[in-house]
Amino acid sequence: MPLLEVQNISKRFGGLHAVKDVSFVVERGAIKAVIGPNGAGKTTLFNLLSGFLEPDSGSVVYQARPIHGKSPFEIARRGLSRTFQHIRLFARMTALENVMVGCHVRSRSGFLAGMLNLPWTRREERQIRDKALEMMAFLGIETLAGKEAASLSYGQQRSVELARALASGPAILLLDEPAAGLNMRETADVAKLITRVRDLGITVLIVEHDMQLVMDISDEIVVLSYGEKIADDVPRAVQTNHEVVRVYLGEDDA
Amino acid sequence: MTTSRVTPILALFVVVVVVQLLTLASGKTFYLTQLTMTAYYSLIVIGLCLLMGFAGQISLGHAGFFVIGGYTSAVLTTLNLSSYKEAPLVSLLTRLRVLTDRQDLYGGQVLSVHPWVACGVALVLALVIAWAIGIPVLKLKGHYLAMATLGFGTIIYSIVLGTQRFGAADGISSVPPFPLLPGISVSGASSQRITNYYFAWLLVTVAMLLLANLINSRVGRALRAIHGAEDASSAMGIDTGRYKLATFMLSAVLAATAGVFLTHFNGGIGPSEASIMKSVRYVAIVAGGGMGSIWGTLIMSVVLNFFSLRGYFGSFDDAVFGGILILIMLFAPDGIIGSDLRKLVKKLMNKVQKSVSSKTQTTSHK
Amino acid sequence: MTELFFQYLVAGLTYGAIYAIVGIGFNIIYNTTGIINFAQGEFVMLGGMTAVTLHGFLPLPIAIAGAVLVTMIIGGLIEMAFIRWLVKPSVLRMIIITIGLSILVREAALFTWGEGVRSLPYFTGNEISALSFGNVRVSPQVLWSIGVCMIIVLCLNLFFKHTMLGREMRACAANREAAALCGIPTRNMITFSFVLSAGIGALAGCVVSPITYTQYNIGAGLAIKGFTVAILGGLGNSMAAVAAGFILGILESFSIWVLPTAYKDAISISILLAMLFIRPSGLFGNREAMRLKDF
Repeated sequence: MPLLEVQNISKRFGGLHAVKDVSFVVERGAIKAVIGPNGAGKTTLFNLLSGFLEPDSGSVVYQARPIHGKSPFEIARRGLSRTFQHIRLFARMTALENVMVGCHVRSRSGFLAGMLNLPWTRREERQIRDKALEMMAFLGIETLAGKEAASLSYGQQRSVELARALASGPAILLLDEPAAGLNMRETADVAKLITRVRDLGITVLIVEHDMQLVMDISDEIVVLSYGEKIADDVPRAVQTNHEVVRVYLGEDDA
Repeated sequence: MTTSRVTPILALFVVVVVVQLLTLASGKTFYLTQLTMTAYYSLIVIGLCLLMGFAGQISLGHAGFFVIGGYTSAVLTTLNLSSYKEAPLVSLLTRLRVLTDRQDLYGGQVLSVHPWVACGVALVLALVIAWAIGIPVLKLKGHYLAMATLGFGTIIYSIVLGTQRFGAADGISSVPPFPLLPGISVSGASSQRITNYYFAWLLVTVAMLLLANLINSRVGRALRAIHGAEDASSAMGIDTGRYKLATFMLSAVLAATAGVFLTHFNGGIGPSEASIMKSVRYVAIVAGGGMGSIWGTLIMSVVLNFFSLRGYFGSFDDAVFGGILILIMLFAPDGIIGSDLRKLVKKLMNKVQKSVSSKTQTTSHK
Repeated sequence: MTELFFQYLVAGLTYGAIYAIVGIGFNIIYNTTGIINFAQGEFVMLGGMTAVTLHGFLPLPIAIAGAVLVTMIIGGLIEMAFIRWLVKPSVLRMIIITIGLSILVREAALFTWGEGVRSLPYFTGNEISALSFGNVRVSPQVLWSIGVCMIIVLCLNLFFKHTMLGREMRACAANREAAALCGIPTRNMITFSFVLSAGIGALAGCVVSPITYTQYNIGAGLAIKGFTVAILGGLGNSMAAVAAGFILGILESFSIWVLPTAYKDAISISILLAMLFIRPSGLFGNREAMRLKDF
């Protein structure tokens, strides 16, 4: 039973067919990548999976239940977390507080309990704090805890965003271009990190442009072009796929 | 973590007591009246601070909720159902103490709603209206949200100004005192001045404690997340619609509470309390005190309201608030008190710590 | 009965014309800057009040021209003093600044002119003169009001389509960075949008002043109604704002038939709220295009 099943989803924006009849599955415990040239529809796909967009047709089935058309917070509560292509940290909060927000789905205290500061609320706060620090330590950034998020470097912000997504204890993690803007060494670190995340038992679906990263760590790769799926296979097969080469490198006039 | 939260509350309590004793000593006990009114107006703005500064939703119509609370209480407690005394429903309600027989200012017998019941109705009404208005309004953003809340405030103003039942331009007067305990009530009587002062500030202290707790809790964090990046917060499992609505309702109830008690304190209420200028003032106070700080907002509220009520701004009252709005937004969009004050305090404390530790170092060298 | 109907209709068209001009003023500034200028209504007030003062010692046409000029200068000064040098202000900050500005302008007006109600004299004839169309009697000032507003709309249309400056402003509205790269002085475009909005507001204020009177505090109400008109027509769409203005004016006017006069203001606000909740892109607007605006 695959963890995530995407079946024939499509999305149009006026005349633009951003995603056209795309289907694939993601097996539990796998690392699957989605690649394609710019404008291929990768981010639209992510938005469709995480509830920020509703598909015009088709379905998204997660843990055997349909999630298409559900709002982002409902999907997050079911165990699907994501990061964003353009970092969306809460700028005025500290790095630790950012990660603590990730724990929101796993905690309960509401308005009344918060106002009255009940004992069980305080206990829960301590647990949230510990979990957040644990996630930051996992990523090696625990020293950044008290720093304001906006003051961190780009690479550090990426790590905080990842820690935040991990803190929600997801079953599947959607990473939107995790290596964007990183240099070669940082990218290699990200690759290692993703495999460590998978070793924790979390399934990973990643959109990326960095071919090296994708080829190194993915179990399977989906290739999109102009909103359509043109390949869905193991890395070696995708590398030698004629369609994929043509889409990336253009026609061979010989 | 708990000590840093309790300390400001204790400090507030001490300041409140000290101020009262000072007025006693200097013979200026009449200041207490304005200070009591200031307390009630502050209830409104700290709720608004939660809404604007933490949930990030601007409201240009909050005076509307103050008025819903005040007018509901005023209308119900000045009803006269004496002529219906024989009706079964009326006599039932009288027996249940929902309606009370009392003497009005002119010695006549009046059968009106008991202030406690009226207060309950007022708060429930404010909650319901906040919920009903909030659902569509909070889906809007930016200018649309501002205009929608402005529109809400203006409708409330039109209604209270234009309806005869609500006293039209004259408002409602001869509102009876609000009994609290035997012998103590919220009213304008000079014998009750000191008790009223403490009651009002008790309400403020409790509200500050509850809100400070909320801000430092999971919900408070979620609100700040919504303000920071709404879609990211949604992706982290926060039901942004529900949280914004709950915050809106909470701030509405605080404003309505202020409305109820201030009406009983003043013995009446008028349509000017619903004017857009009032709502703008509340926004100015929150902006000036620092949208991210309820303590900054409280300080700003006390300063501005007290001076305004004492008439120090003269006929330039509105201009002062307008000017403050502009100056703050141009030069200190984070408020002049909130974050800057905290940074200043932190700097000072660091300096103190450094000098203390360097002193202990030099002594240990000996 | 029909006479009453036409009276309401005429009143609705007259007020509708002003609402349309305020709405267009909103659109001009919004299109060029993305800012909603809450002080828009104050320009109308300033135009009327200044004209009354100038008319004290100048003939009417010159007084009006002078008032329009003065208000345009004030509009430009406001932009240069308070708005020009802000760096990427947030929407919330801009809203609060323009609200503060409208309060200050209003208080300054109160200080200068007091609470009294003023009005310009009728341009032609007086309060009781009337032109007859069949059995309908219409004051000539009504024709002046609607006529001048129509001319304003026509001139704006020609200006934006056929003059270099107009096209530059539209370029600035469409994509400020690209316009700047083309050498268009975008900062001046923004100042000019304020100047232009102030000017048309002032002119409208002068022309309806004999009928609707002018007072230091009419700005806020006009701003709300102007904004309603702008939203009703679709924010940024000035032609639609004209139609929307008349629709609002007429609806408001006829509401007196069914509701007490005291609730007249509540009508336009209810329409505003209804639009915001149901169809924020306006009657004639396009939902996709609206989402492109950064709010």
